[in-house]
Amino acid sequence: MFRNQYDTDVTTWSPAGRLFQVEYAMEAVKQGSAAIGLRSKTHIVLGCVNKANSELSSHQKKIFKVDDHIGVAIAGLTADGRVLSRYMRNECINYSFTYESPLPVGRLVVQLADKAQVCTQRSWKRPYGVGLLVAGLDESGAHLYYNCPSGNYFEYQAFAIGSRSQAAKTYLERRFENFADSSRDDLVKDALMAIRETLQGETLKSSICTVAVVGVGEPFHILDQETVQQMIDAFDIVGEKEGPAAEPDDAAAGQEVEAEQGAAADQGGSTDEGVAPMDI
Amino acid sequence: MNFMASKQPENSLLGPEADSQRTLYPYVTGTSVVALKYKDGILMAADMGGSYGSTLRYKSVERMKPIGKHSLLGASGEISDFQEILRYLDELILYDNMWDDGNSLGPKEVHNYLTRVMYNRRNKFNPLWNSLVLGGVKNGQKYLGTVSMIGVNFEDNHVATGFGNHLARPILREEWHQNLSFEDGVRLLEKCMRVLLYRDRSAVNKLQIAKITEEGVTISQPYSLKTYWDFSAFANPAQGAVGSW
Repeated sequence: MFRNQYDTDVTTWSPAGRLFQVEYAMEAVKQGSAAIGLRSKTHIVLGCVNKANSELSSHQKKIFKVDDHIGVAIAGLTADGRVLSRYMRNECINYSFTYESPLPVGRLVVQLADKAQVCTQRSWKRPYGVGLLVAGLDESGAHLYYNCPSGNYFEYQAFAIGSRSQAAKTYLERRFENFADSSRDDLVKDALMAIRETLQGETLKSSICTVAVVGVGEPFHILDQETVQQMIDAFDIVGEKEGPAAEPDDAAAGQEVEAEQGAAADQGGSTDEGVAPMDI
Repeated sequence: MNFMASKQPENSLLGPEADSQRTLYPYVTGTSVVALKYKDGILMAADMGGSYGSTLRYKSVERMKPIGKHSLLGASGEISDFQEILRYLDELILYDNMWDDGNSLGPKEVHNYLTRVMYNRRNKFNPLWNSLVLGGVKNGQKYLGTVSMIGVNFEDNHVATGFGNHLARPILREEWHQNLSFEDGVRLLEKCMRVLLYRDRSAVNKLQIAKITEEGVTISQPYSLKTYWDFSAFANPAQGAVGSW
């Protein structure tokens, strides 16, 4: 994507019918570190790569519990993600209080999408720079949705977002047909394998990833480090070590906020120039 | 120049002048509602009387209405407030349907929504002067609850409002059991309604029985209960106290 004269405002259309600011916001999602989600009929697993900026700092929280039956994993501007998580928690708790019943995921996701859409149609706002994988359980079963900055949302059997998510997606595409009937533990194993794909050679250990599960009879919770490490060891995932761990891509450190301010000019042309990503 | 009478909005902070918009006492009222859980769902009974003080003024008031696909609402108390509640619920169900997403509000959700409404109105000193009974079935789960005008709410296997609390519930406590058949349920309700007819001055002998099951709601046509007035004690009621009131 290259700078052009139609990309200054979110309220300016390009002659080709594109809103470049919204597409740039979606670029921010691609720069964030990976997050993946997959579901069976009864469980959904969310996983993400958690890279701290330096050895001195702790890593950023990218998976949030929204309610007992809903959780979200984010990629992109984590600050925007935090704000949206707070909104989601608020909506859930208000619904629970009024109706004594959990908010159906499908409705929360639509509300979130409508909220994102507003930011694509106001001259004084900017789109949220975060993609959300929303995992939730309701009467109609287990659901996994992807909400993007454009205000679109899609339901998935499995999905991955963020940097090097394509590797995870390839893995998931090969395996997704089996997910519906997977057991909970197999699902977590597949999640860890998918996370490993995004690490490209680096050793998978529980200190650099986070896994969360929600399912029938199992409220949303983040698995603790020990459990995750045990699962990694048990499934013998650590497997290949091709010499020194691959240098983390400078893009992976892109939880930094400055993606918005004119870094757009430096983006490689990863998007096909003809098709606007939100038209998928 | 403005010749229109000043109209206070409902939630005015103006104090006394706003009183004309608050419910202070009920005018046209319905009497008891009785309901119980049975094998296939909920049975509810209410007579069709709308009293104006001590006058039995209106005799075809439907005090039970279906709500959405899964619920049935019966009300006693101020009829106009019941109609207001039906408007609230109509809007609620409408918005629920507009999502068009396969989810729907069940009886538990409607009951809790009503509890919130009743309690909030009570806190503003502008109550909806009703006692409500909300019953329904969703996904095989039976639900029966009640809310009062001050927001007291609970669920039970059998509930009643107004005089029903005093006259019907003792009967239900004795004779209700799990998995009543439809016929037994109706018989039990009729027994309660008959006692209420004899003893509650605001009861009228024209009632409806409503049933809600997984399939849906059926409200019977109005009918009357048989009564017996030839007890010897009634033949000469002043016998024991001639000349007294």
